[in-house]
Formats: sequence, C-alpha cells, structure tokens
Amino acid sequence: MKLLLDATRCQGYGLCQDPAPELIDLDEWGYAQLRETTVPEGGEEAAAAAVAVCPNSALRLVK
Amino acid sequence: MTGVFSLLPEGQPGLLDPLLSGAWLSGGGEDLPRYLAAGGYAALPEPGRLLDRISAAGLRGRGGAGFPAAVKLAAVRDAPGRPAVVANGEEGEPGSVKDRWLLRHRPHVVLDGMRLAAAVTGAGHGFVYLSDAPAERAVRRALAERPTGLHVDVVRTEHTYVAGEETAVVRRIDGGPALPTAKPPRPFESGVQGAPTLVANVETLARIALMHARPESAEAVAGAHLVTLSGTGREGPATGGPVAGGAALAEVPAGTHLKALADLCGHGRADSVLLGGLFGGLHGAGWADLPLDHDRLAEAGGALGCGALHFLHPEDCPVAVATEAAAYLAAQSARQCGVCVSGTRALAGTLTAVARGTADADASGQLHRWSRGLPGRGACGLLDAAARVVGTLLAHFPDRVDGHRHAVCTACSGPAPEDGRRFTVPVP
Repeated sequence: MKLLLDATRCQGYGLCQDPAPELIDLDEWGYAQLRETTVPEGGEEAAAAAVAVCPNSALRLVK
Repeated sequence: MTGVFSLLPEGQPGLLDPLLSGAWLSGGGEDLPRYLAAGGYAALPEPGRLLDRISAAGLRGRGGAGFPAAVKLAAVRDAPGRPAVVANGEEGEPGSVKDRWLLRHRPHVVLDGMRLAAAVTGAGHGFVYLSDAPAERAVRRALAERPTGLHVDVVRTEHTYVAGEETAVVRRIDGGPALPTAKPPRPFESGVQGAPTLVANVETLARIALMHARPESAEAVAGAHLVTLSGTGREGPATGGPVAGGAALAEVPAGTHLKALADLCGHGRADSVLLGGLFGGLHGAGWADLPLDHDRLAEAGGALGCGALHFLHPEDCPVAVATEAAAYLAAQSARQCGVCVSGTRALAGTLTAVARGTADADASGQLHRWSRGLPGRGACGLLDAAARVVGTLLAHFPDRVDGHRHAVCTACSGPAPEDGRRFTVPVP
C-alpha cells in the first residue's frame, strides 16, 4: 500500500501526524511531509487514520 | 538579437535533416510545397516499426525531463481508451526559445511529428498547445494547408513558468487554469477528458518526423539537440539591471562539450554556467568539459532540462544570478502548494539577505537544509528548480557566498528583479 500526499491540498492543519508519526513529519511551516511512501507492514491502520483526519482530503491510500 | 547556428553537417538538398539547416533559415522558411519537396508528410509507417526505430535510436523528450520518448509513446498506446496527443509548445523557461522558433518557422515538421505520434499511439485527436501569438499564426496557416488527416485543435494558454508542465497542459485543454495537478495520475494514464494523453514537446515531435523521413540517420537525429545559449549582457540604466545577452539558438550533436557552446555564442571567457534554463543549477570548476548529455549532467548534480544554458563571466556574481533565479521562481510559483509558497519565499528571502551581507550566522545552514529537503515536495518541478539553484550555489561557490559576509557586493546591492529579465532571451 502506498500513502500519497497532494501538496496542492495540504493546508498545514497538522492533524495527520498524530495518528501516523512514523509515516508523516510536519515541516517548519506545518505542511505534511511523507517519511515513507510505501506503508510498512502493520502501518495500514495509522495510514488510514491519517487519511481520514485530514480536513482537506490531501492524503490518500492506494494499493 | 539572438543568432541562429547549426553545428550539424548540412543534409543533402531535399532531405529533412537537420532542423536548422540553411535551407530553412533562408528563402522564406518552411511552407507546404517546400516541406513536401523535402520529404515531409510521407506515407504513414507501420506504427510498431517507427516505435522500434525511436526506441533503438534512444530519443529522449525535449521538454525538460528527458524521459525516453518510446516508453511514453508505448505507455499511451497501451493504456485503456482512445488516446489524444498534444504538441506542447509552451516553453516556460525564460532562457529557452527553441520551441517558439520551431512553431514560428517550422510548423509543418511539428505537425508531421504529431501525425506520426498519433499513428503510433492510435490517437484520434491532436492539440497544439502554445502561448506565443506569432507561433499560433504560423501553426494555423500550416494547419489550413496541410494534407488532411488527424483532427487538430489549437489551444492557447498564458505564458508562465508552469503552464507547459504536463498536468497543467491537460488542465488547460480541459478548460481549466494552466496549473499543475498532483501526480499520479500522469497524463499517459488519464489526460485530456480522462483519455490517455501523450504530452510531447514540439522538438521531440519534430525529431520523430525527421527519423521517419531519414531512417538511416535516426541515431544522429535522436542525439542532436536544439539549445538556447545566453550570457549576461550589458547593464543599462533603462533596464535597471543585467539582461540576457550574446544569445543564440543552435542545433548541436549529442555530447558537444559545454565549452564549445560557450565559444559558439561569444562567451568563451565564461567561468561558470547555469544549466537547464533555471532547472539545472549553477556549475563552476569542471563545467567546460561536461558534455551535452542528460546522464552525464545529472551525474554532475545538474540537469540538461530544455537545453537552455546561461554563461557567467568572471566579473558576474553567481550569488546575484542565483538570487535573481530564486526571486523569479518565487514570483512564478502557482501558489497552489503551501510548501512551494513558503519554500520559495524562504529560499529567495534568505539568499537575498546572504547576498546583501545581512543574513544571520546560520543562513547557509538553513539554505543547505532546504536545498536538500524541498525537492520533490511540490506538485511540479518549480520548487525543485529553486532548491537546485541554491544547493549548487552553495556546493560550487562556497567562497563567493562567504565573501558576501565580509564585503559589499555591488552586483547584489539592489533588489533582485522578479521578472527574470537577466535570463530572458528574445525569440530569433
């Protein structure tokens, strides 16, 4: 599974990092930065939570 | 005045090679009778054979990314749905003129290449995408007189740095603004109205037409490059700063050394170069022996991009050049990606402070960090270009950067213009 970030949608709410700190960093301006694109085994739930929490649908998971 | 040169051997009369041969530079340029007499619009090939020829000759795209043309053609052909093809003539790099020159002076060779690309991919609809008014007139004239065939529409766009990026092209053709979208999907999967779409640079298409007309020269045709050369011209009070000068459009063989290109346009004294328009970074020691080659320039930490090279003389300040490039890119940001807005602003602002000697002690460290961390984070390559200009400045000119802490640099004293005037080459 891959986690994809649409940088045109990220508004820097910063909510996605809480559920998925292993997958997502926030940069100095608060924008999401993916640490990994490929979701490691066992990380699917965290990735799905990050996708769900973004108010602007900037994240998505693809197979 | 921008000169026009060819370093390729002249083709035999009547043949199509090279793009800038004397025959097309004099005598009123290309019209249908001359193009037909030269072997243009020849019978369509068996699509698979032309694709094999393009693949074997190693043709790479000329819009900037240098992606193998045959791989892209095959991907569009194999995607589900009836494909579309786009001749992309919107060159956003201010230092490049080759695409507009081709459309203005050789529209038929581009349209012929698009016809062949449509045959290879099975496309039923073609678009010529451009912003240049003289180019649009030439293309419309050529469309009116060409042999009937592929249905082609001309789509006009604004002239901006990002308008020629492939997803911006698709968005504009579909009626939206000429701004990039997030990838995936790429246009080869889902482009114009959702159809698999080949977005091909106009020089790439022209080379496909030449390879069809002259199969025996396919490798030479695929290896040759149209390049736009310039350097810093005379500083004049009317312009308020340095402008592009000593400019030339040239067609050169693969592997030509960059020093030979500098000599060609009167910049033999140059001691450094800005590569790839604004995309390939600044290069100092060792640059002259680098060959015009995607892979070798990438190994050197640069990029050939669209083949635009801007030469710097010993009296030019690389910090000033990088600052102007960063300021221009910050102004050209599409303002869609937050990281691009903040990132280009930070790069340009901090570099301006460095240039004026007013930067904090950790400014270089910040610039280093951004130049490594920002590439790849925007929806298009603009942020990458800004990061590379800054990163290569720090890597190749550390002493020149450091010198700005200790002494005032006259070249860096004024505000950095945001209009890219130093890099803007007039179309010949």
